[in-house]
Amino acid sequence: MLVLAANLLDGFAAVLTPQNLLLAALGVTLGTLVGVLPGIGPALTIALLLPITFNFEDPVGAFILFAGIYAGGMYGGSTTSILLNTPGESASVATAIEGFEMARRGRGRAALATAAIGSFVAGTIGIVALTLVADPVASLAVKFRAEDYFALTLLAFASVTALTSSSLVRGFASLCVGLLIGFVGIDQLTGQSRLTFSVDQLGNGVDIVIVAVGLFAVGEALHMAAKLRSRPDELVPTEPGGSWLSKQDLRRSWKPWVRGAGIGFPFGALPAGGAEVPTFLSYATEKKLAPDREWGEGAIEGVAGPEAANNASFSGTLVPLLTLGIPTSATAAIMLAAFQIFNLQPGPELFETNSELVWTLIASLYVGNIMLLALNLPLIRVWVKVLEIPRALLYAGILVFGTLGVYSLSGSVVEVLVMYAIGVMGFFMRRFDFPIAPVILGVILGPLMETQARRALTASGDDFSVFFSRPLTVILLILAVAAFVIPHLPALKKRLAFGEDD
Amino acid sequence: MGSRALIGGVLAVLALVAIIAPGGASGGDDASQPYPTRQLEIMAPAAPGGGWDTTARAFQQASRDAGLDKGVEVFNVEGAGGTLGLSELVSKSSGDPYQLMMTGLVMLGAIETNGSDVPITRTTPIATLITEAEAIVVPADSKYRSMEDLAAALKADPGSVRVAGGSAGGADQLLLGEIARVLGVDPKRTRYVAHSGGGEANAAILSGSVDAGISGLGEFVDQVEAGKMRLLAVSSPVEAQVDGKVPPTIKDAGVDLELTNWRMLVAPPGLEDAERERITEYVTKVLESPAWQENVERYDWQPFVKTGRELDDFVASEQRRVQQVVADLGIGK
Repeated sequence: MLVLAANLLDGFAAVLTPQNLLLAALGVTLGTLVGVLPGIGPALTIALLLPITFNFEDPVGAFILFAGIYAGGMYGGSTTSILLNTPGESASVATAIEGFEMARRGRGRAALATAAIGSFVAGTIGIVALTLVADPVASLAVKFRAEDYFALTLLAFASVTALTSSSLVRGFASLCVGLLIGFVGIDQLTGQSRLTFSVDQLGNGVDIVIVAVGLFAVGEALHMAAKLRSRPDELVPTEPGGSWLSKQDLRRSWKPWVRGAGIGFPFGALPAGGAEVPTFLSYATEKKLAPDREWGEGAIEGVAGPEAANNASFSGTLVPLLTLGIPTSATAAIMLAAFQIFNLQPGPELFETNSELVWTLIASLYVGNIMLLALNLPLIRVWVKVLEIPRALLYAGILVFGTLGVYSLSGSVVEVLVMYAIGVMGFFMRRFDFPIAPVILGVILGPLMETQARRALTASGDDFSVFFSRPLTVILLILAVAAFVIPHLPALKKRLAFGEDD
Repeated sequence: MGSRALIGGVLAVLALVAIIAPGGASGGDDASQPYPTRQLEIMAPAAPGGGWDTTARAFQQASRDAGLDKGVEVFNVEGAGGTLGLSELVSKSSGDPYQLMMTGLVMLGAIETNGSDVPITRTTPIATLITEAEAIVVPADSKYRSMEDLAAALKADPGSVRVAGGSAGGADQLLLGEIARVLGVDPKRTRYVAHSGGGEANAAILSGSVDAGISGLGEFVDQVEAGKMRLLAVSSPVEAQVDGKVPPTIKDAGVDLELTNWRMLVAPPGLEDAERERITEYVTKVLESPAWQENVERYDWQPFVKTGRELDDFVASEQRRVQQVVADLGIGK
């Protein structure tokens, strides 16, 4: 323990120079900018800057710059989610659900603050977890096989059915639409085109961001436009007050932060875990634990949890990257390239041969996180001004922003048209009271579950016993079944009791 | 770290601004001046960080360092094994000598597997740049001690060896199909588990859910040197040492076959021969520059340069070969 602390202090000593702090500030600013701009994510930014780091004499500066960009990019993405309902990337889709509702009700400041502070808290928890348990977590993570991922996805699926609203039928209808959208594209395992109708651009599938922007931003804008005449365009007053988070908000936020970090980190550490599933799991968990909050109308727990999960999952992806040399996300792949440029081999030996550098990297993540808070908390005041734009103009702006974002993501008009088609669908779903979130879940979880199930079956020679032959798989499957059944037990009991009365 | 880091940071901002606000006036080209006379755009038809993207950016950096261009912009058009980028290049940029695209063997596989109606021969090939050898590995505790063992097992029952690798129809699966064909067994009977990238395939190999893995050599070097995987063979001769020795080729193990994952730059269709020659001259100069050589070494690539007629013949023969393997494997469409 003492050794760890000493190592970490050494890391900080290497990081805390005026030049490095300047690089961190530069990284965070750049990252926030590109995160707010639609279509340019942290992965692309880091790829663009990678050649420049050839000129750096030692890797510390590069790491600090990258860590800053990453932290800033993530936060910039959630800013547009919250203020404009247009998530720039898949990991901030869950944030948009409650975040935008908060912003609409004049609580944009609190939403942005809980996102920023939550990211910081979760980032810190994730980094601590990384320093303490990287090795055991990594060796556990590579034990996961395709069949285990299938069972895990099933478990996630079961846990988030809470999102399917009050009406089960409507929820499942939405879910099926999502699954259908998820099928579109060239099948990864066989290379066959599915539901692409000979349109080349559909070959890559429908990106989750396109679905989210269509459903959230376009659908909502159409919904608003339909009602604009019948309702006065009242401006939402932003709440007064000097502090970013009220005492009450803080009290409601801190547990979701911690829980979100707890969910995000292990998922990030799994080679096929990703950031989408944990953000939605965190959302569902918070909703289950505090069902009497204003869900769907801006519950702060629904921003705090997913944002924390998102950030902790990044610390998680560093586990397989640093201990096994396995990159599990686009950003991690580029970080790996950066390592290789400086002749470092991430992998089992990195902690021993280059431990100094590992600690420096970890310290620079801290510095990036702190710099993010320092730069962005004061900026919240500026961001929330966006909400003072009259509603009609704001929604028009959101449409422009969303269109631009989707276009620059793909550079193809087809995808913009797909987004608008999904937006029209979103409008009718709102009009007829179908829940939106299950569609998103279907798009995210459906393909994951399918691919893993088929991978497991390919490897086993189409023998279904592969799902029941290892304890890990069986335990996960039992948990999944339990998660499906337990919420319905009270109702089932009641029904049985009524049966006795007859 | 000196003030260079700071300069680098400032450059970073400038680079980003350059990307966000791309210039690029189009118009005629002055043939009396050496190519390029204005900004050049290179499309990487895949995600940032992948092989084509890395190669394109390495080329961009070398060209800039050698002072041979008037600005090079690299942009990404992701999707469908690069075939989206290919159809965009062919349909939108025809006749424009300032639009290049990075491509390679993987795209040939994707064209056949996806049933894309634009063949690679519609483009104007300029030059191949590099290759990466494919490697065949097994988990460290595998019963297969050598490539000969694995080949014997594949020959006896191709379905008994589960192999992990990248996406369907990519270089990894093509190699497996070719090995099966050379061994005289039906490639359709091989059991290939496709993954979305090297990281995922690595995790699958380590988890023990497959018996072997095929991917670019670079993906496996760390794992082999850490003793978690055993490198059985590479698909073409390499100079670099892995874990203290030069790895044997599959040919050494009696599988008479060579396959490398090569990458090349192509221009759009509709160029005159003189234009093609001018672009080739520029690309060749970049490839001869010390900055490029450094990059080749940095990324552990093998230099592999073919231009002109020789290149046309090479591309045509690789295309025939890929068509055959994909048909043998029975994937796609």
